[in-house]
Amino acid sequence: MSREDLHREDPDRLYTVTGGRSRANESALDLVTLIVSEGDPVPGMQSEHVKILRLCRHPTAMVEVASELGLPVSVVKILLCDLLDTGRVTARHPSSAPVDTDLPDLETLKQVLVGLKKL
Amino acid sequence: MDSRSSDQDVRTPLPSTARDGLKIVIVGGFGVGKTTMVGSVSEIRPLSTEETMTQAGVGIDDGASHGKTTTTVAFDFGRISLNEHMVLYLFGAPGQERFWFLWDRLFAGTLGAVVLVDTDRLADSWYSIDRLEHHGTPFIVARNNFGEPKHSLDQVRQALDLAADVPLIDCDARRRDSAKDVLLTLVDHLFALSSARETAS
Repeated sequence: MSREDLHREDPDRLYTVTGGRSRANESALDLVTLIVSEGDPVPGMQSEHVKILRLCRHPTAMVEVASELGLPVSVVKILLCDLLDTGRVTARHPSSAPVDTDLPDLETLKQVLVGLKKL
Repeated sequence: MDSRSSDQDVRTPLPSTARDGLKIVIVGGFGVGKTTMVGSVSEIRPLSTEETMTQAGVGIDDGASHGKTTTTVAFDFGRISLNEHMVLYLFGAPGQERFWFLWDRLFAGTLGAVVLVDTDRLADSWYSIDRLEHHGTPFIVARNNFGEPKHSLDQVRQALDLAADVPLIDCDARRRDSAKDVLLTLVDHLFALSSARETAS
């Protein structure tokens, strides 16, 4: 789905996709939380869930999932929470990101420098 | 170029060992070259997505849409695999006012930011610099410069009222080596800030 499609998207459809829910635990998911499928799609599964399970056979950041599905990040969060609750995907949360307004730690920055210099 | 649909796109998957996502945000006005810079260093074709935020009006509890305002912000991103575990995501984000309502939700935990400026439209950057300072996000400023510059970097620093300890460099966002230098300058700056703090504590 292109971005133009998304702009024309009927809010009611977005409501249907998520079952009209918003969730408290969705704040645990960061844009760069990596999602990994723990199994294959099964018959009768919601099509968005099927897409996510296929996409996340390799670790895939939440923001990439949103982009591939053509849905807003907040909608994808809710879909991912469903799959997390039922154990169909697992989440690898950022572990080196600075918390609050703290600076990143030196060890993380060293690894980032090494990685960037290899570009 | 590849013309297949996105479902069939040749995505470069991350290795199964990838487990730690990191963020750097490139902020700049419309058309300043954010997407170009992301694309110059990203291992994937830059992708885009959007986030919406609905703010409920006070006293509205019937779930109807009246009394709510919806903010939608689109942003681009790319990625760089730093090693087998760490993946750096680069986000190109618009600096306009409504975007900052979503900063905490989208970009909490960002390592740092690059403010990409166009010297013909420096005023576009004032607000972004002010907001980054407000959020306590460390940043550098990069002038996207193709051709002969009309102003010296000192003049740019003055015009932006930039503190002496904030790095300000020239770049060409179209060139991979130049975009890479911008990222290295930011991370060097973060390293210096973080070292200074560790020494002080």
